[in-house]
Amino acid sequence: MSPRRFAQGETVDFIIVGSGAAGGVIAKELAESGFTVLVLEQGPYLRAHEFEHDEYKYWFRSALNNGPLESPQKFRPTPRDEWRDQLAIGYHRLVGGGSVMFTSNYWRFKPSDFKERTLLGSIEGTGFDDWPITYEELEPYYTKAEWELGISGEPGAFDPPRSRPYPTPPLPVKSSGVLFERGARALGLTPQAAPMCIISQPYDGRPACQHCGYCSGFGCEHRAKSSTLFTTIPKAEATGRCEIRSGSYVRKIELSASGRATGVLYFDAAKMEHFQPARAVIVCANGGETPRLLLNSKSNQFPDGLANSSGLVGKYLMFNGNHSTTGVFEKPLNDWKSVMVTRMIWDYYDADPGRGFYGGGGIDARFWGYPLLFPLGGLAPDAPTWGQGFKDALRHGYSRTMNADCHTTSLPVAANGVELDPELKDLWGVPAMRVTYRDHDDDLAMMEFLGRIAIEILEAAGAERAWRPEVQPQQFGVHLLGTCRMGNDAGTSVVDRYHRTHDVTNLFLCDGSSFVTSGRGQPTATIQALAFRAADHIARFARRGEI
Amino acid sequence: MTTPTSRREFLSLAGTASAVLLGLSPEAFERALTATRMAQQGQSVTLETLTPAQAADLEAIAAQIIPTDDLPGAREARVIVFIDRVRGELAASVGFGPADDAGGIDDILVGIEDLNSRVVARAGSPARFAALSSVEQHALLEEIQETPFFRQMRLLTITGMFAHPNWGGNYEGAGWKVLGFEPRFFWQPPFGAYDAEVQR
Repeated sequence: MSPRRFAQGETVDFIIVGSGAAGGVIAKELAESGFTVLVLEQGPYLRAHEFEHDEYKYWFRSALNNGPLESPQKFRPTPRDEWRDQLAIGYHRLVGGGSVMFTSNYWRFKPSDFKERTLLGSIEGTGFDDWPITYEELEPYYTKAEWELGISGEPGAFDPPRSRPYPTPPLPVKSSGVLFERGARALGLTPQAAPMCIISQPYDGRPACQHCGYCSGFGCEHRAKSSTLFTTIPKAEATGRCEIRSGSYVRKIELSASGRATGVLYFDAAKMEHFQPARAVIVCANGGETPRLLLNSKSNQFPDGLANSSGLVGKYLMFNGNHSTTGVFEKPLNDWKSVMVTRMIWDYYDADPGRGFYGGGGIDARFWGYPLLFPLGGLAPDAPTWGQGFKDALRHGYSRTMNADCHTTSLPVAANGVELDPELKDLWGVPAMRVTYRDHDDDLAMMEFLGRIAIEILEAAGAERAWRPEVQPQQFGVHLLGTCRMGNDAGTSVVDRYHRTHDVTNLFLCDGSSFVTSGRGQPTATIQALAFRAADHIARFARRGEI
Repeated sequence: MTTPTSRREFLSLAGTASAVLLGLSPEAFERALTATRMAQQGQSVTLETLTPAQAADLEAIAAQIIPTDDLPGAREARVIVFIDRVRGELAASVGFGPADDAGGIDDILVGIEDLNSRVVARAGSPARFAALSSVEQHALLEEIQETPFFRQMRLLTITGMFAHPNWGGNYEGAGWKVLGFEPRFFWQPPFGAYDAEVQR
């Protein structure tokens, strides 16, 4: 069946704002359940053959992400600092969103992630809390996500319980994985295959990974990366009940006098504004844009922003910690081939009060040195920066270098968050976001802790040299978590356990903003499990007339 | 040179640099891409914005940053074509000035004349940077290597050397050859020496 095209202004059952990791999933689930669905996506609708191996285009020219020229932001580390012009939140803009362009790490959360407050107690200055749902409730939806999308992997020693194996086996190990495994085992640690959102065998009509080497920040021209663009979205369209309307930038959710969402105002690609009516609105715009849209949708009924009676819309932003270490080895690894990550450890996943600080994380073996990024930042800090010595270092190092990256917890710090700038506007004239963010001291301590272990792993693997930068507070994030948190209490959360806003019956939010805690650094699997679960419940509510 | 504290921070710096380097209008972008593709199809390279003297000096600096040895350097990679085009596009786009401490892209024209005034002071007679010996060029650049002008030239040279050939530099994959990167984009294991050992 050909994709549905709704007439301009035709009322649909559901508008979904954003077509990424969550929106692309919910669109399929609701369309297959018999509802009409219009997905409004601000970015373009690209086909597989349109993705290129061009770092300059994607990484430097912001071809498919929010750039500072059309979507400026302001940033300050803490409320004591001055605002400055700086992007602090990055995300991709295209049909499929970040699921098209992400590295493809696909870590489940563990049961403990959902009840750490109970296990560990409160942490001052933070909103550290239990989730209103358990791992056991979410497990069927992790499994569903893995099988609907196509994930490669095999269970490891520290994995949470699972009801079904991975649909495809792990991707072939790279030299970085072999070395990482060697170093980790020498330290008595337990390396395992990294679960990746990339198929290692033909699956569901798509070909296996061809190991081109361009995953992080790139779309997959083979459709082997299991983005919503190549998995759920074509299925949503095939129902004949779903339209993906690209180039559509939603600026406001409209509300009736009775307090129900009536639809959205959006700009089309020509910057013409339209009103799109719907019976319900689901916002999946990411942990930066979802709160911004709510704050930009203020009204007499909600003077502080739509669905913001708790005052928590935009609060508790969490980026996850990221600390990258580097090692250079004697022989060529050629780690610029194939997927970014093939091995990892979860030995330090759980928080351990004995460390003296809260936190947990994983370390993975990877190489982020694309040919243009590596010369700009991949060499040792004391390497020559120009001249023959620089060229020699590049020539020797490019094929012999790998990274061991630490991915860690972020606490929901009360002062961290997204709000509207009172003056700054984007290119459409819509109030821009400004971001306050400083990692909690415990988050920094966790990065430092794992960074030391990562260096030990590289050295135990036989690195000629290993180094890492000083751990410093982060000023930029791409994991956008916690800004419309889920909870049972309308006074301390924005959405309920079914992703329905406490304040507006027919308004749902589902993306990284729903998170209560940050997990250990790879949120996509949980975003998508939440999306499958949310869709299940929303469809049930709709069928019962409870929306 | 400051060292980014994390991969993500490094990438955000690249994003900030993009505001300077890449505030291009779509029309200018398409123009440049067409010109670049013509050049790559064997048609002669013509400068769009730089004078021959400016280009000679800037190319000489680029060739000091990434010199030629048994593998191509910035000169063979036609980094100057990349610089010429990017500079021109930026000059044509209105409203986006310099945005980071590497200096604005138009400053390279001021920078090259400042450098030439050092050349004149040293030689005692009219001369330009490109006419100096390689040893003299290197010595002069060491004097200015902490300046915004030099940092901007380093950023432009590296970008022109290693960015996809679509953008005018990295001619015939010259930069990729230096790295040992092969642009095949289809591979099968083993990928490197260490996974090959395990597979044996």
